[in-house]
Amino acid sequence: MRYRYFPGCTLKGQAKNMENTTMAAASALGIELVELEEWQCCGAVYPLYEDELISLLSPVRTLAAAEGEPLVSLCAACHHVLKRAQELMQRNEEARDKVTDYLEIEYKGEGRVLHFLEVLRDDLGFDKLAEMIKKPLEGKKVAAYYGCLLLRPSKVMQFDDPENPTIMEDFIKALGAEVVKSPYRTECCGAYLSVTEEGVARDTVAKILQSARNAGAEALITACPLCRYNLENCAADDGKEPVQVYYFSELLAEALGLQYKQLMAEAKERRRVASDSK
Amino acid sequence: MPRTGVFLCHCGSNIAGTVNIDQTIEASRNFPGVVHVDEYRYLCSEMGQDIIKKAIEDNNLDRVVVGTCSPRMHENTFRKAAAEAGLNPYLLEVANIREHCSWVHKDMEEGTPKAIALLRAAAAKVALNEALEAPKLEVEKRALVIGGGIAGIQAALDIAEAGYPVDIVEREPSIGGRMAQLEKTFPTLDCSACILTPKMVEAAQHPNINLITYAEVEEVNGFVGQFDVKIKQKARYVDPVKCTGCGICWEKCPAKAPSEFEMGLAKRKSIYVPFAQAVPMVPVIDKETCLYFRKGRCQICEKECPPQAIDYEQQDEIIERRYGAIVVATGFDQMDPSIYGEYGYGQHPDILTGLEFERLFNASGPTGGKVVRLSDGKPPKKVVFIQCVGSRDKARGMNYCSKICCMFTAKQAILLKEKLPDAKSYVFYIDVRTAGKGYEEFQRRAAEEYDVAYLRGQVGKIFPEGDHLVVHGVDSLSGKVVDIKADMVVLSAASIARADAPELGRKIGINTDSYNFFNEAHPKLKPVETHTAGIFIAGACQTPKDIPDTVAQASAAAVKAVGLLSKEMLQGEACTAEVDEAECSGCLHCVAVCPYTAIDAKEIEERYGDGTLKRTVAEVNPALCQGCGSCSAICRSGSINQKGFSNEQILAEVDAICLQR
Ligand SMILES: Cc1cc2nc3c(=O)[nH]c(=O)nc-3n(C[C@H](O)[C@H](O)[C@H](O)COP(=O)(O)OP(=O)(O)OC[C@H]3O[C@@H](n4cnc5c(N)ncnc54)[C@H](O)[C@@H]3O)c2cc1C
Ligand code: SF4
Repeated sequence: MRYRYFPGCTLKGQAKNMENTTMAAASALGIELVELEEWQCCGAVYPLYEDELISLLSPVRTLAAAEGEPLVSLCAACHHVLKRAQELMQRNEEARDKVTDYLEIEYKGEGRVLHFLEVLRDDLGFDKLAEMIKKPLEGKKVAAYYGCLLLRPSKVMQFDDPENPTIMEDFIKALGAEVVKSPYRTECCGAYLSVTEEGVARDTVAKILQSARNAGAEALITACPLCRYNLENCAADDGKEPVQVYYFSELLAEALGLQYKQLMAEAKERRRVASDSK
Repeated sequence: MPRTGVFLCHCGSNIAGTVNIDQTIEASRNFPGVVHVDEYRYLCSEMGQDIIKKAIEDNNLDRVVVGTCSPRMHENTFRKAAAEAGLNPYLLEVANIREHCSWVHKDMEEGTPKAIALLRAAAAKVALNEALEAPKLEVEKRALVIGGGIAGIQAALDIAEAGYPVDIVEREPSIGGRMAQLEKTFPTLDCSACILTPKMVEAAQHPNINLITYAEVEEVNGFVGQFDVKIKQKARYVDPVKCTGCGICWEKCPAKAPSEFEMGLAKRKSIYVPFAQAVPMVPVIDKETCLYFRKGRCQICEKECPPQAIDYEQQDEIIERRYGAIVVATGFDQMDPSIYGEYGYGQHPDILTGLEFERLFNASGPTGGKVVRLSDGKPPKKVVFIQCVGSRDKARGMNYCSKICCMFTAKQAILLKEKLPDAKSYVFYIDVRTAGKGYEEFQRRAAEEYDVAYLRGQVGKIFPEGDHLVVHGVDSLSGKVVDIKADMVVLSAASIARADAPELGRKIGINTDSYNFFNEAHPKLKPVETHTAGIFIAGACQTPKDIPDTVAQASAAAVKAVGLLSKEMLQGEACTAEVDEAECSGCLHCVAVCPYTAIDAKEIEERYGDGTLKRTVAEVNPALCQGCGSCSAICRSGSINQKGFSNEQILAEVDAICLQR
């Protein structure tokens, strides 16, 4: 199973750990993720105006760079932008011609654009994944936190049922952990409001974490660096045991018996050495 | 040579403003065969018609062309006038110089030559017209009503009262429809059963009404005045003549199934009547769940039945009968709201639809009339109603407003407060729509006197938390997100067409709109007629509506049906298609295109050399033919002609326009 891989900026910095653990897990699962050469930012947000084509230059160039091979990303925000940019390229011929003429490339919207979780569900299969688990996370009570970007707009993202998704729960089950369903799992985390109106993000985050904890979760998984940032940084300290927030891939690596903490330390060390030598 | 008269109408300035009448008159004089030309301001008036009649008599006219509005407006008026002057009405042609000319052109420069061309074409055609006779058709003096809800019952009662026999075909074991499921009815809160049951009984006892329950229409053939209908009477496995409705059978029956009448909230037996006031009070055996039919043992009902009315050998039967008119009144369904994952319908017993909630108020309902949570039997303290679930939703539901839910929600909230004074209702709405006599006042009462909180906004999520259902929504007037810890949630699921409406429509030859509701012939002026003569619609099968509107429409449909049945004879279509058997090659393309199944294959014998030869030709049944012209257009050999629109006539028109002679 070979895929082109688009990391996106955050995965090389703040969310390095999601990349490390995924890479380790992927190779253990026989999934080959080949990083695109010379990639650039996904555009970060999908433009609200469909004629704001300038924001699409970057994601379309990325899409074209996959040369028709399936393109995988890990960051929910990157995946969201790529998937929606692809859908616009398929649907709107005029926009497509403008963008591709400007970029001087050929791209007609071809190729699968996948989130790594979809690779696990659709290509590998959760049954197969469950068989390959070495250290099942038995007894660990884990809740899924989807946020918005993977699910909506559902007709474009085609990720899962936007109201009652199951993919992350099925994933947790495959890891051998106990699934905890929390009602706020598809609510927005507050997104960039954590920067401009922190109060709003604090409220939303409090609800998400509280509902997960009330449902009995000890850990929560996400596929989005921004969600994780908010869940960790906007959470109020109420003196109770906090719900641990993980990238889905961290638990995956752990269940596969990979020393992801060690991987993480190594990565940190490499970064330190690199910056020291500057 | 014909003697044609041409008559021009000014239609006030409607025509005369854009068509130069003088020039048109002069031009008309030169058309071949024209011997008389005249004009008048309003030709359709009495005076105008007299001008035509007198001219026919004075000038011995044998053909007439009128240059007026569309034939759809006044062709009949002028044909009648011509007939009164002794002319066969089919020797008159209408040139539409208003809709097709003066209304679409901006000045006389354009309008005048166009009017002249249209008149020249009509004069050329009328020269070839032949005298036609419209056939007289008999009317079977009996009506069929399909669907025995309040619409069907009312229509049948009105037809029966007018003196005509009427059959009601009802699919369920009892008549009554949805109204039988209701507790009280807005806006006056009278008890639904108290006003419905007398009507059901009256229908059952009326000498002119024949109830055919547990039956469906299989096939409809024929045409207005003479519909030949096949009705499938499903086997009840109970002899309705012997049965006394004592109820011992359903008391003793050991097998159970979810009750359709109770929306699945309660069980019924395998031998059952749907509800206590059922009409007729004759049970049916549901073969799917009956132990005897499934496993070959039990027969308790047979053993216990005092009059020995149980008959496991009964078979479905086909009833064939002819009717003069048909009223379709098959009502509506409720949308299944489980497609709205955020509301969690079907995942929690305390999230109900409006109709399910209605049943909780009913003394013979699933909870014996106690409004309680189905999860734990406790009375609810907070009930949240959500409006427009599936209505007014372009993305996932129906575009239309279901019209009745704002009112039945206000009703249920009032009834709730009366039953449980401690209970509090919240209603999430988009708009509150309560047009109707006494409706607005009723809804205001709910809000002002019954403490019902109306919140303008939508609900994003409902989920259980502990003992409660958290309703997470927005109050858009205050701009605040609200979380209500409710005990029960009621979804006003959209009223939708019956799933089998399109299929039924195809069987009886009427069409449905994009939502599968039956189409009326004109949205304003023909609300109960359909495009098929003799078939009428009433009630919620046309679009969602409440009981007052349903009953009004049912009576209107009955009047139309009675008007038809009271006619001695009907006039059929004169301009029917005709096959030239000598030319017909028997390809039968015409059979496929005829929308009225009026064409059949026929074997004819012909002399061929010394012997005879058998071959197939098409044959048109003039009683079924509606003169649409499809067959004559598709006929490759040109051997089907439509009377009054023969190929020669049409070509004469085309020539007259194109050749400008
Ligand atoms: C929750 C709720 C509360 C309501 N409360 C009120 C209220 O308080 N006041 C008010 O005015 N209105 C109320 N209404 C509206 C009311 O129910 C309708 O106006 C009324 O039932 C319409 O009557 P109908 O005869 O057209 O259709 P229905 O009641 O649906 O009857 C149609 C009948 O046709 C039968 N049928 C269907 N298909 C076939 C077929 N193919 N062959 C033979 N038979 C067939 C059905 O079995 C049924 O008996 C309420 C509706 C709901 C959902
Ligand atoms: S009647 Fe009221 S609740 Fe029903 S669809 Fe119309 S606006 Fe919505």
